[in-house]
Order: sequence, then structure tokens, then C-alpha cells
Amino acid sequence: MGLRVAYGGIQAVRGITFHVAEGEMVALIGANGAGKTSTLKAISRILDTAGGTVRFCDREITRLAPHRLVREGIALVPEGRGVFPRLSVAENLAMGAFVRSDTAEIDRDLDQVFGYFPRLKERAEQLAGTLSGGEQQMLAIGRALMSRPRLLLLDEPSMGLAPIMVQKIFEVIQAVARQGMTILLVEQNARLALEVSQRAYVMESGEITLAGEASQLLNDPRVREAYLGES
Amino acid sequence: MKWMNSRSAAGIALVAVALVALPFVAAMGGQAWVRIVDFAILYVFLALGLNIVVGLAGLLDLGYVAFYAVGAYVYALLASPHFGLHLPFWAIVPMGAATACVFGVLLGTPTLKLRGDYLAIVTLGFGEIIRIFLNNLNAPVNITNGAQGITLIDPVAIGGFKFSGTTQILGISLSGPQKYYFLLVALAIVVILINLRLQHSRIGRAWQAIREDEVAAKAIGINTRNIKLLAFAMGASFGGVAGGIFSAMQGFVSPESFSLVESISILSMVVLGGMGHIPGVILGAVLLTVLPELLRYGVGPVQQALFGKVLVDPESLRMLIFGLALVLVMRWRPAGLWPSSERRRELAEKT
Repeated sequence: MGLRVAYGGIQAVRGITFHVAEGEMVALIGANGAGKTSTLKAISRILDTAGGTVRFCDREITRLAPHRLVREGIALVPEGRGVFPRLSVAENLAMGAFVRSDTAEIDRDLDQVFGYFPRLKERAEQLAGTLSGGEQQMLAIGRALMSRPRLLLLDEPSMGLAPIMVQKIFEVIQAVARQGMTILLVEQNARLALEVSQRAYVMESGEITLAGEASQLLNDPRVREAYLGES
Repeated sequence: MKWMNSRSAAGIALVAVALVALPFVAAMGGQAWVRIVDFAILYVFLALGLNIVVGLAGLLDLGYVAFYAVGAYVYALLASPHFGLHLPFWAIVPMGAATACVFGVLLGTPTLKLRGDYLAIVTLGFGEIIRIFLNNLNAPVNITNGAQGITLIDPVAIGGFKFSGTTQILGISLSGPQKYYFLLVALAIVVILINLRLQHSRIGRAWQAIREDEVAAKAIGINTRNIKLLAFAMGASFGGVAGGIFSAMQGFVSPESFSLVESISILSMVVLGGMGHIPGVILGAVLLTVLPELLRYGVGPVQQALFGKVLVDPESLRMLIFGLALVLVMRWRPAGLWPSSERRRELAEKT
């Protein structure tokens, strides 16, 4: 039985099954309301599941408390970024390492995040709430990386951003992936998601309707028509 | 440490001298003024407790006075002729704090998923429930003595040293309120230190994260349920301790001391002074305790001098001026009179 998520009586995710292999970047694409974000929220335990199981590294995590997931190695970049607006950029990043105590390693990871996003280093003392949308997205990704996850969950990283910013963010996502990070990317911008991922699943009305290699899906007429704006 | 340099040391010495001199200066205006100063410190206590819940964890609590009431009644019941119990101060105060703490968790548990206005409404109801219970728990078994309240509560005594009545120490005559003043100052310093430590601790940072964004706080591995309950519990304990001291100082408690207005005025102290900023909260508490009293004493005589008679009842004019002051502060200093540097920066950057 697949994963199900329901809001009251309404099923948002109707029993889906998918997997992400280690070191892989997998995209979950689909229209608004298809159930992508609900799926991600169920995996990260922000929402309770209505049925089905989620397994991570051979361990069932379906009933784990949300705050325990970070220790297990799962980091979520929430939809709409979710930075701490009244904390500075540096404080936000430090909060990302909340569950860690290995100071020297935390400093190294901080340097790495600043390497990915030099902009964050320039603005380290600025309050996160005063950053632009793109910079906040950078910060949200940086903060997630600070927990040194084994699986990175990205929820709509391109949402509401200028094209130039989207490009910058996705360059970093690809760079992170090249370092061997396992990534599950939820994205409405199907073309972009398919271009950077290895595999993808297409969701529609709470179900997975298509799955396969990202490059194949890019050329699939059904995907091209429904999600890439071609006919 | 940065406060060890000579200028800060001089500053601390100056504050210390001022704190010691204050009750004697206040006594020149009569013992009533010493009592007002005592109450100002008691409110500092309460405001700092509420600041944990509202300022740090961002949970709007309109029923904070309930914990104050719980602490006050625990003391009143265990140190008065009502039950014939006369336990010592140092034994009851931790009990009051613990009981208030339990009530804090009791309020926190069902409200874990509520935020903002919804949380405010539930906490408001909770405050009223406690007050109504205190009002009615006199039948069938008389526990709280109902609306009459509990009288003849033991004053604070530590060892053989009594905090009521006048004593001579080293040739200096100290009145009851003056002795309480020094006890309160000592306790307030402890409370301030605890607050400072908390704010910059892991727990303090977790509170701030929850205040800023609860989903993100969960996502970075904060156990939001426990951390929120901890905020309620700690805030409540401070309220409980303050309640115990209030009971002992007054010698009398009744449910009407713990009305909604009291909750609102404690919240006003936190908001007016500067939410989440300890010096601001202290300033807010002192101002909102002392200023109304100044008005109370000032309004009558001023009218007498200007018009030859008292036109407006001092009490109602006091509330009027008080309300106006609140509106003005919220209009021109929305972050509070003495906000933290972050809040100041945030407002400056936005404009």
C-alpha cells in the first residue's frame, strides 16, 4: 500500500510509491494541488500520513517525531523558505546545526555554505527578513546543509523568484548534488526540474501518473504537452 | 568578559548604590512609596516571567495572572490560620513555583497547536477559570474561602528574621516594606541572571526559532512540543514565586487581585518596554507601576491648584492618561521604549 495523505476527508495523496537511491537527484513534478508538497510534508513528518510507510536507510520513519528526522539525516527546505526573519543570516545558519555539537566540523560546513553562496557571507550580519526572496532561498538551503544531511528535501525552491535567481539557486543545487548528496526535489517548474534531475515522477490528483529517467520524460509527448507548454 | 572593564564596573557600582539608597529616598515620601517601589520590583519579576512566554517563545498569553494567583494561594493556604498551617517561606515558595509550573503545563498541553489570536483567547479563558475557581472553592469544602479571600497570612521570615514590622540593624531603622525591598531586589537579581542565561542558551535560541517559524524550527530538529511546554512551565514558575511573595507582603489575598486587567497590564509592561529585551521589560514594569501612582498622587492636587476644586476624579483621569500614553508609545515606538538592537535594526531597515 502506498503513501496516503489526507486533510480531513479530502485525500491529497492517494497511495503513491516511489524511491530515491543514494546519491541520486529525483524530481517530483506536477501541477498545483497535485500533492507534491503534501508528499514532502508527510516524509518530513510535518503532516501525519493517512496510510502507507516511509522508509529511510532501511528504517521506517513514518511515526518518528519531526524533530528526530534531522538526527536521522533528513533536512527539509520548507516551501516558502521559512527562514527566521528576526535572526541574522549567520544566526540562521548556526540554527541549522542545532542538533550538532562538533564545533570544528560545523565551522567547516559553514565555510562550504559560504562557498556555495558568497552572497550570504557578505550579508552574514543582516537580518534574514530583510533579504530578497532569492537570498532567503539561498539561506534556507544553506541552513538545511548545516545539519549535514544525507537526504535533502527541497520544496519548490524556484517559487516566486526572478529567473536569474532561479538559475543561481539551481546551479548550487546541482553543485551540491555533484558532491554526492541525495536530493528529492519538488518543483512546479517541470523543465528546470527535469534538466537537473536523473529521474522524475509526475504527480496528478494525488497519484503518480508517470515515472522514468528525467531525459526521457523531457521528450515524452504527454509531459511536453501538460507541463512544458508544448503541443 | 566584556562587563569587567572599568567603565562598566563603575556603572554597576553606581546602580548598586542607587539600589541601596532607593528605599531610604522613597521613605522620605512616606512608607507608601516604599511599598510602591516594592510592587515595581514584583512586577519586574512577573514581566520577566511573561517575557519568556511572549517575548522569547512568541506565545501570546493573556492569562498569565493565573500563575501569579496559584503561587499566591499556595502560600496563603500553607501559611495562614485558614488551615492552621504555618510552613516557612523557603519551603512554600518552591512549592508555589512547582504548582504554578504544573498549571503552566496544564495550559500548554491543550494549546500546543494554537497560535496568535487563538492562543490568546484560550489563555484568556484559562486565567478567568482559575479566578472563578478561587472565587467558588469555598463549598462544599472550604478551600479558598471564596470572595472573602484569605487573611492573616504569615509575613516572610527567614531564620528568626521577620520581614514585617520595624527592626534596627546596625543603628539603622528598617521598616517592613524596606526589608521586603531588599529581599525583592536580591530575588530580582537572581531572576534577571536566570533570564539572561536562558536567552543566550540553546533553549533560548530554540524559543526564538519557534517564535520566528514553527515549521522551520521543527525542520532543523527542535522538539517544538517540549520546548513550548518548557516556556509555559518556566514562565509560570516565575509567576508562582512572585505570587508567593505578594501573598506574604500583603498578608491578604482574594480572587479580585487576579483579574484580567492584571494580566493585561503585565502584558503591557512587556510590550511597552520592548518584547524579548530584558532591560526593556524591566523598564516597562517599573514605569507602568510607578507612573500610575505618580498620577494618582499628582492629579488631585494639580486640579486643586488650577481650578480650586477637583473636577475630574483622579482615578478615572489616571486611566485616561495611562491609555493615551500607551497609544502614543505604540504609535511612535512600536518596538517598545527600549527594544533590543535586532528589533531596532529590523524597523530601521524596513523604513
